[in-house]
Amino acid sequence: MIVALPFAVGGVALLVCILVCMVRLSIGPTAADRAVALDTINTLVVATMILLGAAFNEVVLLDVALVYALLSYVGTLFIARYLEGGLD
Amino acid sequence: MNGLIYTFLAIGAVFNALGSVALLRFPDVYTRIHGATKCTTFGSIFSILAVAVYGIVQGGGAGGTMVVRAFLALAFLLLTNPTGSHALARAAHRSGIKPFRAVVDRLEEAQHASPDGHGSEGGR
Amino acid sequence: MRRVAEWVTTAAGAFAVYLLLASFTGSWGVWAPDELIAGAVIALVIGLCTGAYVWKRGGWRLLQPHRWLLFLLYLGGPFFYALVKANLDVAWRVITGRIKPGIVRFNPNLTTDAGRTFLANSITLTPGTLTVDIDETTGDFYVHWINVKDPSPTADDVCGPFPKWARRVAE
Repeated sequence: MIVALPFAVGGVALLVCILVCMVRLSIGPTAADRAVALDTINTLVVATMILLGAAFNEVVLLDVALVYALLSYVGTLFIARYLEGGLD
Repeated sequence: MNGLIYTFLAIGAVFNALGSVALLRFPDVYTRIHGATKCTTFGSIFSILAVAVYGIVQGGGAGGTMVVRAFLALAFLLLTNPTGSHALARAAHRSGIKPFRAVVDRLEEAQHASPDGHGSEGGR
Repeated sequence: MRRVAEWVTTAAGAFAVYLLLASFTGSWGVWAPDELIAGAVIALVIGLCTGAYVWKRGGWRLLQPHRWLLFLLYLGGPFFYALVKANLDVAWRVITGRIKPGIVRFNPNLTTDAGRTFLANSITLTPGTLTVDIDETTGDFYVHWINVKDPSPTADDVCGPFPKWARRVAE
């Protein structure tokens, strides 16, 4: 296991950002605030996975990030439809 | 090349952090979407570019795979991030959240003007 | 004839994405032959299933190659510049907390779905603006503007040259 240190540091920095977003996720006054926080966290998770993939030289982590990006987008759209009221 | 990678990583980390802070500091949903979407997209672009440069430096099969995957992820993020935030903003407005201290709200006026209470029909 | 065109173009797009994902897997070219065969079969099936849906609302003009060149030019030039400006703007507003928000309406006179999507995404990623809703029948854009200078602006005030680019690239 060879770790490219700068990428690992960058990944950890993004993890700290995710923690900051989680504050908004837990206190957010409305459901929409929480949904926005979740969307932001999803983006950050994708970026973190890509950085960690480079850090550990594991290309498979980049594949996971790709699939995660697409699935989280669909999830966001579903949450938005739900917030609009009614899945008519 | 190392300098380029470090610069990209630093820019990415700074703007992602800025996006998270914007999420905490701004007063209502719409402004939070502003900050979060713009800053995290920009930050992620630079984080991914750093990985792409790293892949180019490495070369060979593994490096090439890394570059291609990184650019695909970049394309997906650029396409899906603004669309998702747009969906969330529309959902927030339809669920009745008013913009904080808004000077003007044309969408609200349009919805009141039309008889069924929805200014824009369909919307998909 | 139209059905076949829909099928073939969608399958070609799916195959291109498959080739990107499966690159550097073999020594025959850069793709292994079994990857090529599997990709072709999967792409044809996907084209058969979704072709009619992808082209349901027109948009054939997106296939012209000079539009792709223009798109890349746009991404590297005006879009990137606006993106940088947008982020510095947000950074400044995060620090000072100075905002004057509102939702304004304007009409950029775009007619196709692709053009509207293009403009809406550009608006969301550029300084101080966020697309909230689009009226599909009239083409009105409702935009959350973080610093309202004019309650009833023109398209130029809100997003500058972007409607022009949207027309060039996607309409």
